[in-house]
Amino acid sequence: MIHLIVQASKYLMIFLFLVYTFECFHVFKFEGEEEEQKHIYHVQRTLLFLFHFDAFLVLYITTKNFQLIGFYLMQVIIIAAIIGTYHLFYKHASELVLNNMCMLLTIGFVILTRISFEKAFRQFIFVCAGFVISLLIPMVLQNMTLFRKLTWVYVIIGIGALGVVAVAGQTSYGAKLSLSIGPLTIQPSEFVKIIFVMFIASMLYQRQDFHQVMVTSIFSAVFVLMLVASKDLGGALLYFFTYLVMVYVATRRFVYFGGGILAMIVASLLGYRLFDHVQARVQAWSNPLAVIDGAGYQVCQSLFAIGTGGWFGLGLGQGLPEKIPVVTKDFVFAAISEELGGVFALCLIMVCVSCFFMIMNVAMKLRDNYYRLTAVGLGTLYALQVFLTIGGVIKFIPSTGVTLPLVSYGGSSLLSTMIVFGIIQGLYIMQFDGRTQKKEQKRRRGRKE
Amino acid sequence: MRRKKKKIKKSNKEFLVIMYLFLAVFLSMMIYFVYFQVCKSESFINSPYNSLQDLFSDHVIRGDIVSADGKVLATTKVSADGTQTRSYPQGRMFAHAVGYAVNGKAGLENQENFSLLRSHEFFLKRIADDISDKKAQGDTVVTTLDAQIQQVAYKSLGNYQGAVIVMEPDTGKIIAMVSKPDYDPNTVKKDWSSLTAEGSTVLYNRATQGKYAPGSVFKILTTLEYYRENPSAYDQYAFDCSGSISVDGQTIHCAGNKHHGQETLKSSFSNSCNSSFANISLSLNREKFKQTCDSMLFNQNLPIAFESGKSSFSLNKNDSNAMAMETGIGQGKTLVSPLHMALIASAVDHDGILMRPYLVNNIQNDSGVEVSSNKPKTYATLMTETEAGLLQQYMRAVVTDGTGRKLSGQSYEASGKTGTAQVSDTSDQTNAWFVGYAKKDGYKDIAIAVVVENSGAGSTYAVPVAKNVFDVYFNR
Repeated sequence: MIHLIVQASKYLMIFLFLVYTFECFHVFKFEGEEEEQKHIYHVQRTLLFLFHFDAFLVLYITTKNFQLIGFYLMQVIIIAAIIGTYHLFYKHASELVLNNMCMLLTIGFVILTRISFEKAFRQFIFVCAGFVISLLIPMVLQNMTLFRKLTWVYVIIGIGALGVVAVAGQTSYGAKLSLSIGPLTIQPSEFVKIIFVMFIASMLYQRQDFHQVMVTSIFSAVFVLMLVASKDLGGALLYFFTYLVMVYVATRRFVYFGGGILAMIVASLLGYRLFDHVQARVQAWSNPLAVIDGAGYQVCQSLFAIGTGGWFGLGLGQGLPEKIPVVTKDFVFAAISEELGGVFALCLIMVCVSCFFMIMNVAMKLRDNYYRLTAVGLGTLYALQVFLTIGGVIKFIPSTGVTLPLVSYGGSSLLSTMIVFGIIQGLYIMQFDGRTQKKEQKRRRGRKE
Repeated sequence: MRRKKKKIKKSNKEFLVIMYLFLAVFLSMMIYFVYFQVCKSESFINSPYNSLQDLFSDHVIRGDIVSADGKVLATTKVSADGTQTRSYPQGRMFAHAVGYAVNGKAGLENQENFSLLRSHEFFLKRIADDISDKKAQGDTVVTTLDAQIQQVAYKSLGNYQGAVIVMEPDTGKIIAMVSKPDYDPNTVKKDWSSLTAEGSTVLYNRATQGKYAPGSVFKILTTLEYYRENPSAYDQYAFDCSGSISVDGQTIHCAGNKHHGQETLKSSFSNSCNSSFANISLSLNREKFKQTCDSMLFNQNLPIAFESGKSSFSLNKNDSNAMAMETGIGQGKTLVSPLHMALIASAVDHDGILMRPYLVNNIQNDSGVEVSSNKPKTYATLMTETEAGLLQQYMRAVVTDGTGRKLSGQSYEASGKTGTAQVSDTSDQTNAWFVGYAKKDGYKDIAIAVVVENSGAGSTYAVPVAKNVFDVYFNR
C-alpha cells in the first residue's frame, strides 16, 4: 500500500509541477489583464502547497518519522509568511518572481529533508534569516541612492574578502572556497559576486569610454585572479562572464563581448594545462565510465541516478541519492531527477529560465542606467550559475562545482541568492512606481490642457 | 511617441542578445538532457557499477532467462516464507553464457541485470500486488541460445578445455556458447573459494574472452591481405613446397614436414601449407597488413553487449623476417578469441557483411507480452563481395580437397579452415582449431569457431566438434 502511494504521488507531483511551470509562461498571454494574472498566480501557489503536502506525505509514510510533521508545518508557515508579508508590504512586487522563489525553496526543502533531516533543518534556519533580509532590501533600495557612489568600497571589501579566502581558506575538492569563523563556515565569493556586480555597475553607469572600461577591466581582473589563486575556477568563470556581459550591455560594443569570449577560451585552455584538477574534470566529463574509480566517480554516480530515475523518477525516498558525493550541494539536481523524475527536472530548468527572463525583463524596463546594469549583472550571474551546475551534473559540460541557487544546501549560497531576489523585487517595484508616476504625470498634464 | 518607443527598443538590443544567448544555451542543455535519457542512459543504467539496480529487488522478483526454444535457463523460486533462491535447471551446460548473480555477477545475469529486475506486469495486477504487498514478477529475458545446439556443442567438447561458439551469419544471433572448464551455477556461492583459487580460470568465458594463438585459421587473414595487395596476379602465385622454408636462420616447417610440392594460393590454403604462407608473408606490406587486421576488429572491443576480450595483432617495419613468417601462419604475437574468429567466418559467409552479434532475442513480461526486442543490425562491411567470394571458394576447398575433408559428403555444404596452434614456443602442446560455416536449403546458415585445448591437430580434434553441431542443426 505504501509503495502504491509513493508511486501514485510521483506522478501527481510531476503533474502539479508541470502545470506550475506551464503557468510561468502562460501568464504572459495576459499582459495587462491583472485579474487573469492574479488568478494564475493564485493557482501557482495552490499547486506549490499541494506539491509540498504530497511530498511530505510520502516522506512521512516511508519513514514514519513524527518530527517530519512538525517540520512540515514550520515550512508551510515560513513559505506562507514570505508570500503574505510581500503581499502586505510590497503590493507591486513581482508575483511570478515571488512564486518561483518560493517554489525553488520548497523543492530544496523537500529534497534536502529526504536526504538529511539535519541539513534541511539548517537550511530552514537560513531561509528564515534570508526572509528577513530579502524583506528589508526593497525598502533600503527605495530609500538609499548611495549605492552607486560606493565604487571603491566595493573594491576594497570584495578583493579583501577574496584575498582572505585565497590565503586562509579551507580546501575542498581542490579549491579554496570557504572560511571558518567559529561554528560558521561562510563562502565569501557567494556574497562578493553581488558586490562585484555593483562595482561594475557603479563604474559604467555614467561613462563608458575606453579609459573607464580599462579601469573596470583591471579591477575585475583582480577579482577573477583572486578566485583563480584559490583555484575556484567555476567562480572565476562566473565572475568573468558576468563582467563581459555588463561591459557589453553598458558600452553596446559587441567587440568587447566577442573578444572576451575568445580570451575566455584561451584562459580555459590555459587552465586545463595548468591545473591537474581541471584536467581530471575534463577527463571525467569526456568518458566518466573509463575513470569511474577516480575522477569520474561523482559524474558516474550522478548519471546512474539520472538514468535509473528515468522520466518519472524512482519515487521520493526510493533511490540512493546519498551515493552521489556532495549531493546536497553541487549535485542536488541529480537527486531531484533520480527521485522526482526527468520530467520534473526539465520543468525545474524551465522555472529557472522563467526567473532569468523576469530579471532581464525588469532590467529592460528600468530607466536608471545604474539599476539596469545591476539587474543585468545579477541576471547573468543567476543564469550562468544554473547552467554551470545543471550542465555539470548531466555531463553536458565538465563539472565546475557551483551550487543550484535556492535549491542546494548551503547558507552562503542561499542567503546570497535571496539577496539577489530581494534586489530584483526592489527594482521591479521601482520600475512599477516609475511607470505609474509617469502615467500620473500624463494624466495631470492631460487635465491641465 | 512612436519614435521614442523605437529608441527604447534599440537600446534594449544588447539585453535581447544576452537573453537569446542564454535561451539557446538552456535549450541545448535541455535537448541534451532528453538525448541522454533517450539514447545514452541505457549504458549507464546497465553498468555493473550502478548500485541502483539492486534497489529494484525490493519490489521485484528477479525474472527468468530462457532459451530461444523455451527451456528455462535461470529462474527464481520463492519459498513459502518469502526467501528467494536463484536456480539454473540446465546446470553446467549454460554456465558461462547465463552466468551467475551471487558474489558479483557474470554472463547474461550481469548484462541483463536491469531487465530482469524491471517488471512490466499488467498494471491492474501490479496495483493488486502492491496492495497485498506482494513482489511483482520481473521480466523474462528470451535469449538467442538454442538449447539443442548448446547441448551438442557442450557434449562434443567432452573433457577437453576449450570453447565453441555458434552464430547465424545473416542475423548475428549467437545460438550456442560453450566454455570449458565449467562450473555449476547453482552452487557458485558455496564453491566460491575453489572457483576463484589462484590459477583457476573456471569462471573465465573462453568463448568470448579467451586469448588463443590462432595458428592456421589466421591464414584466412593472410590470404585476404595477399589478395588485396595482388588483386590481379594472386592466381598466378606458385610455390614449390619441400616441407619447410628457411629465411634468416629461421626455419618454418609444414605439419609433419609434409612435402606439398607445386602449389597455387588456393591449394596452399586448402593444404594449410606453412612453408608457402611463410613465403607469402615475406612479400606482404606490413603496414597494410596491420591496417587490414585492424579493420577486421583486431586490437579493439568486439561489437557485442557481453563480456569479451580484445584480439591483438602487431607487425611493423622493424620486425624480423622470422617474425613476419610466424605472424603469417598465425603464430607470432597474434592472439584471438573464438568469438572473433566466428565473426570473421560469419562475414565471409555473409558476403563480407558482419551483423552485430547478440544474445538476447527479446524481453517479455510475466505473461509473455513483448516489452522490447533486438532486431538484426548490420555492424560493418569487413570485406568486399569479391573478397568474400574468393575466401568462400578457398574455405570450401579445405573441406573438399584439404584438411577439413571429414566434413565433406554431408547433406549440408560446409566450408572452413582448420588450425593447429602451438600453445607456446617452448612446448609441443597444441590447440586444435576449426573456424567455418555451413549451409543447406531450408535452413539458416550457421558459422562456428571451435578450440580444443591441448589436444592435437585441428582436423582430428576440432573438425569433429563442428561436424557434430552441423549434423544436429541440419538434420532436424
